[in-house]
Amino acid sequence: MIEGILVEGLVYGLMVLGVFITFRVLDFPDLTVDGSFPLGAVIMAVMLVNNINPFLALIAVFAAGVAAGTLTAVIHNKLKVPNLLAGILTMTMLYSINIRILHNRANIPLLKTETIITKVTALTEGIIPESVAVLLLFVIIVIIIKSLLDIFFHTDLGLTLGAMGDNEQMVITQGVNPEIMKIIGVGLSNGLVALSGAFAAQYLGFADINMGIGVVVIGLASVMIGEFLFQSSKISMLTLRVLLGSILFKGIMYAGRYYGYYINMTPNDLKLITGILIILSLVISKAKKRIN
Amino acid sequence: MVELKNVTKIFGEGTVNENKAIGDTSIKVEPGDFITIVGSNGAGKTTLFNLISGNVFPTQGSIFINGNDVTKVPEYKRAKNVGRIFQNTTLGTAGQMTIEDNMIIALTKGFKGLKRSLTNKKREFFKEHLEKLDMGLENRLKDNVGLLSGGQRQAMTLLMMVLSKPDLILLDEHTAALDPKNAQIILELTVKYIHDYNLTTLMITHNMNHAIKYGNRLLMMDKGDIILDVKGEEKNDLTVDILIEMFHNIRNKDFENDEVLLS
Repeated sequence: MIEGILVEGLVYGLMVLGVFITFRVLDFPDLTVDGSFPLGAVIMAVMLVNNINPFLALIAVFAAGVAAGTLTAVIHNKLKVPNLLAGILTMTMLYSINIRILHNRANIPLLKTETIITKVTALTEGIIPESVAVLLLFVIIVIIIKSLLDIFFHTDLGLTLGAMGDNEQMVITQGVNPEIMKIIGVGLSNGLVALSGAFAAQYLGFADINMGIGVVVIGLASVMIGEFLFQSSKISMLTLRVLLGSILFKGIMYAGRYYGYYINMTPNDLKLITGILIILSLVISKAKKRIN
Repeated sequence: MVELKNVTKIFGEGTVNENKAIGDTSIKVEPGDFITIVGSNGAGKTTLFNLISGNVFPTQGSIFINGNDVTKVPEYKRAKNVGRIFQNTTLGTAGQMTIEDNMIIALTKGFKGLKRSLTNKKREFFKEHLEKLDMGLENRLKDNVGLLSGGQRQAMTLLMMVLSKPDLILLDEHTAALDPKNAQIILELTVKYIHDYNLTTLMITHNMNHAIKYGNRLLMMDKGDIILDVKGEEKNDLTVDILIEMFHNIRNKDFENDEVLLS
């Protein structure tokens, strides 16, 4: 069970990193996530079923996610639509696109398809247990992506992106086009979310067009839970906090799923619990601020 | 340097709230000018700055910077030549980022690439400049700017603006939110930078004495018009009394808000 929580926490952690970039770094509440997560999943699934190289598929998934985020940012920039609405528009359109990618089907099983996970477990068979191999695989993937992000946020471009959410006027004063920064930030975010969806599909053994419902809320809850763990302003600590928050969130959800029936809870109540978790986080952080 | 030709700015044109913020104004700023601007609230001082910086576009007329027509050029592009500091001390810096991160962003204007400019050499360069502020900031490069006082933040904003080498700087009551002691420090620092870097400056102030004491040219605005433009010798002889007298003669009315101008 513990491996399951860790793996799911890491797989979804990539999505949470994306949500962290939009909600916290860029201050651009982006709901595209609910569409770009299954977008990544269905593209990955279709390409795997068609025997396309999984690494090529991952690049395609990332590019598709970036494109989805870019669309949201452009709608917001050019049509002066509020960012929330721009995200909802893209998310809604992606629902139809995702069904089309699946050739008018709602889901696609991957149980008999070779995925990155099956490749790794085949390689390590007999050396280490399967669950540990899968965990190791995702630990490595997530560490690589986290490190790349940390490096990115130390570059001039990354720093300017950081300043965007903090003080847009300052970014303009430095001669930087804020619209381009939003495209880069929201694009990068949704690229990560799509990757997360692609790994989720491989881990769960299927891609489903409905697997994106509520993902952005899961991401937000994870970000907020992470923020209770420790305080820091170093980006490497912030991304670590995001990943730990994601794992912790999955732990809470597991607990809800396995022990919830003692209090008459069903898996259908988990979204309610997620929402309550976010509200609780908001209340606690507000109370904390008042004390300080 | 900067020229406004018959610029008019009307907000909410055609509505009941129609408000002429700037009316048919022309002004030419020469390189090296240090212009102080006074006027009561709603006189159009900030709108004038917004027009020059590109934050709002004029309803009529055109604006030139360094001889180029920038009437329709967006704010971020003009920012390469124009530096601006606001009354709100939090607008010039990113509070949740460190001093060194803020400074590296400000060092070059325009789109930032994927290189890491923040090297130890740059840190030394920043320390050197921060030391001159005499606020102890040189030892706090890794502190978040949000931890600094308003005066320290405004000093940093000034320094960051100067390091980015603008041609023209717009100071919008940039000391008004500070306590008198800090306001004086920031003002002296401003004047020092203006001289050291030979910056063309427009400074809005509510302090008539400052407006008279500093700069080589003084503009007074009222209801969207520049009603007074004093420069050179004539400015050297100005006193607050003369200025108020001139205002009375032009507008032929009582100063309803003397206290605002005299504060």
